[in-house]
Amino acid sequence: MTTHSLIQLALRSASVGYVALLILFPLTAIVHQSLVGGLDHFTQDISSPQAASALILTLEAAFITTVINALFGTLSAIVLVRYEFPCRWFLNALVDLPFAIPTLVTGLMIAAIYGPTTILGTWLHQSGISVLYDKPGIVLAMLFVTMPFTIRSLQPVLMELERDQEEAAFSLGASPWTTFWKVTVPSVLPGLLTGVFLTFVRALGEFGSIVIVAGNIPMKTQVASVYVYGEIESYNPQGATSVSVFILLISFLVLILLERLTRQPGERMPLWLRWPKRPLSMIHPSEIGSQP
Amino acid sequence: MKIEVRGLRKQFGSVQAVSDVSFEVKEGELLGLLGPSGSGKTTVLRLIAGLETPSGGDIYIDGKRVNDLSVQDRNIGFVFQHYALFKHLTVFENIAFGLKIKKWQPADITQRVAELLQLMSLDSLEHRYPHQLSGGQRQRVAIARSLAPRPSVLLLDEPFGAVDAKVRQELREWLIRLHDRLNVTSLFVTHDQEEAMEVSGRIIVFSKGKLEQIGSPAEVYEEPATEFVARFIGAMNILEGTVLNGVVKIGSLEFPAPTIPDQVQLQVGFRPYYVKISEEPTRYRQTATLRHIYFLGVAYRLEIETAEGLILRSRMNKEEFRQYRFEVGQPVSFAVTQFRFLPQEGISFPSSALPQLLDAGPLTP
Repeated sequence: MTTHSLIQLALRSASVGYVALLILFPLTAIVHQSLVGGLDHFTQDISSPQAASALILTLEAAFITTVINALFGTLSAIVLVRYEFPCRWFLNALVDLPFAIPTLVTGLMIAAIYGPTTILGTWLHQSGISVLYDKPGIVLAMLFVTMPFTIRSLQPVLMELERDQEEAAFSLGASPWTTFWKVTVPSVLPGLLTGVFLTFVRALGEFGSIVIVAGNIPMKTQVASVYVYGEIESYNPQGATSVSVFILLISFLVLILLERLTRQPGERMPLWLRWPKRPLSMIHPSEIGSQP
Repeated sequence: MKIEVRGLRKQFGSVQAVSDVSFEVKEGELLGLLGPSGSGKTTVLRLIAGLETPSGGDIYIDGKRVNDLSVQDRNIGFVFQHYALFKHLTVFENIAFGLKIKKWQPADITQRVAELLQLMSLDSLEHRYPHQLSGGQRQRVAIARSLAPRPSVLLLDEPFGAVDAKVRQELREWLIRLHDRLNVTSLFVTHDQEEAMEVSGRIIVFSKGKLEQIGSPAEVYEEPATEFVARFIGAMNILEGTVLNGVVKIGSLEFPAPTIPDQVQLQVGFRPYYVKISEEPTRYRQTATLRHIYFLGVAYRLEIETAEGLILRSRMNKEEFRQYRFEVGQPVSFAVTQFRFLPQEGISFPSSALPQLLDAGPLTP
């Protein structure tokens, strides 16, 4: 074995070991623990009225968050990349702030704006709109925490997308609208999907900010992560792990789907992930296994 | 006239990118826009395409004023410097893009794309994605895509700028053949004078947003209209001097200028192959020292220095070179056999001097 291939082996082992140690081992432990009482126990745990309600609320809020942040994140990314305006650098720097702020503080900030003693909170209360201790508060917290994902995933692909691809479409007779849907969106789709899916899985797991703004009323405003926390507090680790593992399972499926969707067209991929968009008969032999 | 441009101007902020440019492109012509980077040639191309809006002037395609037509409606084909292929579409889908937009029937699209694939020697690549192609193949796909909807003119922006030298040469020859075959009126931008000379029927030379000269490759080479053209197209020795008693004397070199008044400052230009050199010290009237010998593949370039410190470049073919036994550092004799006075900005000559300016005769050694 040459030195070169030894180094390669060492590098690979190091990276695999690192991922295993940090993610795979703890993951195995919690999956194992959730199944200690058997699969029946697991299904019972997650289908108890309180757990099921928390899971449904979490999925619902995360979904709404994802849709809103996908739309506004895309808009913001386009504006930040394509347009020059004063203080653009400042706005650009602000985008990363949600990563840096402890999520508990995020919750405090939202409470400080919408709380019952504030002007906005009082006005909203009088108008019959409840934000804090209700679903809108949960979505607001999720939106804040996940805001950077779409923007930061889209920015590099938008920068990479040369204007001339769009101009080429114009010169071939395509209107700006057609060009946006047929050229711009497909070109940035991998970035957009990455942002959207990360937003979703991050929102599923959010805890710190929600625990402050949601009120945590079982069956009403209690999300999955807060439910898990409650179960741990009340000495029911079994119920806590079951719900956690269920959330993890959803996240894992979403991330696998992302991995499948964001591969470059024509790129080699494991057979078990490959399902052709076109009938196999239409795939040219030269496409299979060919690399530029 | 296929394309006509009259008094075209374009301003970007305070920068005048194109100032008062007028020219015509004939039906079926292959015309090269040549100039250094930043000379405004690409802007002119983009203005014709409708990708930029002119600050002034008119553009006509097929005799119709197109200033107010959008790029979509001008029926032009545009080939971008970096191909601008749609990365998420196959070769087939790329070429078919414009046809689908124009609502061609699927059967017609398949037929037209197959036709172009064959014409561009791209058969069997139709299901590849752009990232699976070589640079030359990508460029051919880009040209096929722009030609597919049968544009009335083809505009190419530095079409071979992004491929390596060998592929570039192949693509040039291929473009010439393609043009001979399709005869579509084509306008292409390049900063490479050799490429412009080889590919185009006529050349337009640009500098700083202004049109310097239009002409056949031979015309711009042999009869540069301005100092800029003389310097930009091929190598030229350019010396500066003042007229005194009908002669421009620069060091020991004398250039007769009988019709030009005294005290006029002039630039004298002569191509390297009009500088004859011999190792015999008395063969020619002038003397100098041989400083460098450069081997250029098909020819040699020699650099000589006169007693006054003037550096002149000479060029000779291999056969000629072999008749001598040149050595760097040896004294040589030389003569300038042909020269011309270069028109200069800001200096006007009396009309009587013009004939000589335009046709400076051979110089007796």
